[in-house]
Amino acid sequence: MSGRRPVVVVTGVGVVTPLGIGRADNWAALTAGRSGIRRITRFPTEGCRTTIAGAVEFLPESGAPSPVLTEALAMLAAEEAIAGAGIGRRGAFPGPLFLGTPPVELDWRQRLALAQAGGDTAGGYAAMIAAARGRTDLYEMALFGGIAHHLADRLGTRGAPIALTTACATGATAIQMGVEAIQRGETDAAIAIGADGSVNTESLIRFSLLSALSTRNDDPEAAPRPFEKNRDGFVMAEGAGALVLERLEAAQARGARILAVMSGCGERADNFHRTRSSPDGGAIIGAIRNALDDAGLRPEQIGYINAHGTGTPENDKMETLGVTAVFGAHAASVPISSNKSMIGHTLSAAGAIEAVFTIETILHQRLPPTINHDEPDPAIPLDVVPNVARDAPVAHAMSNSFGFGGQNTCLVFSAPG
Amino acid sequence: MADEVWITGIGLISSLGEGADAHWQALTAADPRPVLAASAVPPYAIHPLCAVDLDRQIPRKGDQRQMEPWQRLGTYAAGLALDDAGVARNPDLLARTDMIVAAGGGERDVAVDAAVTKAMADAPDDATAGRVLNERLSNDLRPTLFLAQLSNLMAGNISIVHGVVGSSRTFMGEELAGAAAVDVAARRILAGQGVLALAGGAFSAARTDLILTYEIGSALSRAPWVPVWQRGGAGAGFIMGSLGAFLVLEAAGQARARGARGIARLTATATEDSGRAPGAAAAAAWRMWNGMEGLAPLNGSSGAPLGVLSGATGAAPALAEETRFLDALAAERPISVRGTGSLLGHGVEAQFAANIALAALAISRSANSGGAFYPPLDGGRFERSAAGAVRDILVTGFGVWRGEALALVSPIEENGA
Repeated sequence: MSGRRPVVVVTGVGVVTPLGIGRADNWAALTAGRSGIRRITRFPTEGCRTTIAGAVEFLPESGAPSPVLTEALAMLAAEEAIAGAGIGRRGAFPGPLFLGTPPVELDWRQRLALAQAGGDTAGGYAAMIAAARGRTDLYEMALFGGIAHHLADRLGTRGAPIALTTACATGATAIQMGVEAIQRGETDAAIAIGADGSVNTESLIRFSLLSALSTRNDDPEAAPRPFEKNRDGFVMAEGAGALVLERLEAAQARGARILAVMSGCGERADNFHRTRSSPDGGAIIGAIRNALDDAGLRPEQIGYINAHGTGTPENDKMETLGVTAVFGAHAASVPISSNKSMIGHTLSAAGAIEAVFTIETILHQRLPPTINHDEPDPAIPLDVVPNVARDAPVAHAMSNSFGFGGQNTCLVFSAPG
Repeated sequence: MADEVWITGIGLISSLGEGADAHWQALTAADPRPVLAASAVPPYAIHPLCAVDLDRQIPRKGDQRQMEPWQRLGTYAAGLALDDAGVARNPDLLARTDMIVAAGGGERDVAVDAAVTKAMADAPDDATAGRVLNERLSNDLRPTLFLAQLSNLMAGNISIVHGVVGSSRTFMGEELAGAAAVDVAARRILAGQGVLALAGGAFSAARTDLILTYEIGSALSRAPWVPVWQRGGAGAGFIMGSLGAFLVLEAAGQARARGARGIARLTATATEDSGRAPGAAAAAAWRMWNGMEGLAPLNGSSGAPLGVLSGATGAAPALAEETRFLDALAAERPISVRGTGSLLGHGVEAQFAANIALAALAISRSANSGGAFYPPLDGGRFERSAAGAVRDILVTGFGVWRGEALALVSPIEENGA
């Protein structure tokens, strides 16, 4: 059926990262090789192994609980994408919402306040529960469907929204869900968002306990070092990316500007380990191959890869293995760079944010660099676009997302015909 | 494109027992009674999980240790479904199985939460409280617990333990996530985007943290058990029910080709998000029903009752909305309603899949028992003995806070195909 399925295009994108709000500011900073990683000021970090992050500190919601900030980030990105696409009316988007976010829950200040209201700070959950009834404000914030329902109301999307998580592949999965809904003929348009505002004490410490984070605290901007020899982990970050997806004919009929063609999606789950990829790279290779097959493209037609490139020793090794296995002799000549070297790892938002930047790469025919590339890793024989952006012809580009829990997704975007 | 979606496997475990037979026996008993226990915090009752031998579906102790009870429950139920469908341990089929898990929040360590809350409360000022939080979390959280608690790691563990690797997606958002998991899985098969899917979820009623999650929404019943239709006043609300429910959905052609037994046909699914202005949920359900009623062959002529397995939770105002919908439905045709939540309790993300499983079970048993349906579980005005053989069964889901869903389950017509 792939020969006759509807072609899906991207007609609007929006983005917020530690580098700023909106496409223009982000692209300028990204191609200038600027870093958005800073010392954490939002909460005390004494005693933490990692004290740096790419937190978004320039919004009114920046100090608010994570679900509130996540919703604000998602809304900003969505509004830019919808305005850019010129689709629908304000508060009336003509399609469904697919939202990738982190799992949400009450935070520590809220738990403490409940225990105090329950009259017994030593009383644990019994005290919190005693003070719980009627706290609808907390309920709607802490529900898993809360952010999606709120956004669906505010954006006026159609049908029931879908909120999803596939760990670090979440944003890419949201896009894939939108593409599939259009391909099924259920809708002419969809909005896919990945958003994450979870730089908070507990998330930081949990990732830290998994030894996943960089501890290069003294020089925050130099901490994320994807594909570099001395890389020591990823840096948590916040942001959101949003894409308006449309059926090609529907976009043409309303005279929309087509930013990119969504030419292929591929996924593969790994069954090897909870945090590590199968040593043979099987699932990563499968996801990349599936994406190429879905797009009907050969590896040598891919002009750029937007890497998952977290900067953990493990990820970058396995991603290199996967790319090398699929791209063969072409692997050394296809440029591959990691936005995470500048913005950090925006977790549930990463797949969507990096999809936006992959589209910008095609639009501008310019490759964003991998910064902090001081000492090449001899085990990584790839062109990582070290330190400086450069112009290059890119007709087709791939964006990789690999998550804890074995969820791997690759997206292929192409220049509009 | 598939012409029909068949249910070829069901995995069900609850307070009533494990597997299809146990549930059929419990629900068709002469005087079915709920299994109840006290929760850790009074006055809430729960429906506790039946005794379970984890080794039967999660053979490696190492895997069991990597999960908290919620993940184990889902992984166990998923294994039951894969076994039932004859898909388990078949790498070729597992590689083509697309998984959608509906997940709630990963469970918290309530002892750690209580201790940390107390330590924060005892701190003389905010800055000290922040330091205390860092110190306690760094020392008290077990590194692996993060993964044992992470929402998308139920899917990750299903991949690891059972080898499901086609794709892996996790939906979040209470009841609607559970309905959307089945809905999207079925739509993907109908559109030819896959041929085999595993969809479902789990809910662990023993979790004290969930009492807090739902009590802030005033969603839990605080009175002694009565059937869901009779709950009001202080008794309004749901009783948490331990539940693991997964379905294997399959394109009819593929099921026939591999000689798999079709338990029932998943004729139609639909989801909505009405926003819950008074009457909106009932109206949304009515719209969904109008979209699928022509698919129920008994429409009009036969006079046979439509079976309804209701996901009614006992929580107002969802109960009032559903009552309104069922009244409208009853005015149009004979219906025979069973509120399975009276006996199962409410298993939030798992409830919709569980009721579809029970519908499929009734349909498959019906062929051998002259149209037997579940007897009334309550003497209320909906739950009457079926006047005639039930053929098609409508499954309803009215989320406690948001989200509406319907599914129509029908017998498989073998007409020489």
